[in-house]
Amino acid sequence: MSVWIAIGATAVGCYLVKLLGLLVPAGALERPLVKRLAALLPVALLAALTAQQTFSTGQELMLDARGAGLAAAALALVLRAPFLVVVGAAVIVTAGVRAIGG
Amino acid sequence: MRAEPEPEPKPDSAVVRDALGVGVAVGLSGFAFGVTSAGAGLTVLQTCALSLLVFTGASQFALVGALAAGGNPLTAAAGAFFLGVRNAFYGLRLSQLLALPRFVRPFAAHWVIDETTAVTLAQPTRRSARLGFTVTGLSLYVLWNLTTLLGGLGAEAIGDTDVWGLDAASPAVFLALLAPMLRTTMERAVGGLAVVLALGLLPVLPAGVPVLVAALAAPAVLYVQGRRTRNTVTEEAR
Repeated sequence: MSVWIAIGATAVGCYLVKLLGLLVPAGALERPLVKRLAALLPVALLAALTAQQTFSTGQELMLDARGAGLAAAALALVLRAPFLVVVGAAVIVTAGVRAIGG
Repeated sequence: MRAEPEPEPKPDSAVVRDALGVGVAVGLSGFAFGVTSAGAGLTVLQTCALSLLVFTGASQFALVGALAAGGNPLTAAAGAFFLGVRNAFYGLRLSQLLALPRFVRPFAAHWVIDETTAVTLAQPTRRSARLGFTVTGLSLYVLWNLTTLLGGLGAEAIGDTDVWGLDAASPAVFLALLAPMLRTTMERAVGGLAVVLALGLLPVLPAGVPVLVAALAAPAVLYVQGRRTRNTVTEEAR
């Protein structure tokens, strides 16, 4: 049940912020500080999530095959590969390293 | 007031091709979400509900990741919500470009995400912006939900998703979204500080909370930079 609560809260919250953007008159959120914070907030969250999901399991820090997978994804990004190739590279390299026993 | 030069119109076929390129490529990664979500212990119905109703990839991955780590559902939802806030700022840009009638906005809002924004912003005229937004939104929504279902159902057949390296899909999606944002020193500083906070606090705080604390890297770096600028200004004034 608690999973459904999380799904409901996320769905409502995410939809409302999308709608808010389309409805507020232009200029309402055009303050420079608000704009800069809005641009930097996803950077902080995405960096934190990337690090956490690569280098931890539950509440423990660990370095395993996912590290190699993310390095492959980073390389694909540097080479300007399409989105699907970036994700695919991470998955394949992680699986490969695990298969070798990493 | 100088008249803006008329932008070169783009043929509809070229707009559709660009839009479908993005819609199909990202739409297919819904499979990775379906597998990740099912692997995190959500039912196929819950997994599909997320793709149908939330429809913003990073938030969906963040939510199931936090739930898998044993986070409190509301903490998990908060993390997903804060990630979704960026869509409000996309909407601001899009509402000027698309100039949608009022009654269409509640429907169009659901498709205001990274990919539709990227395609729409790249269009030269209002006509191609509207076409790009619609084609990207529609193809992505249909495919993302279809592949989510397949991934959710397939996860049971696959068995241990970690063997296939599918646990690396979610952080790779985050990295792919993050990479183009790391243009300036300030953005890199925010990213670096967020990583240190997230990993440093992980063993000591409840699941889901370290990510929310790491989000404070954004205002923290802004504040430090603001103070530096002020100091330089006062130094120069002397």
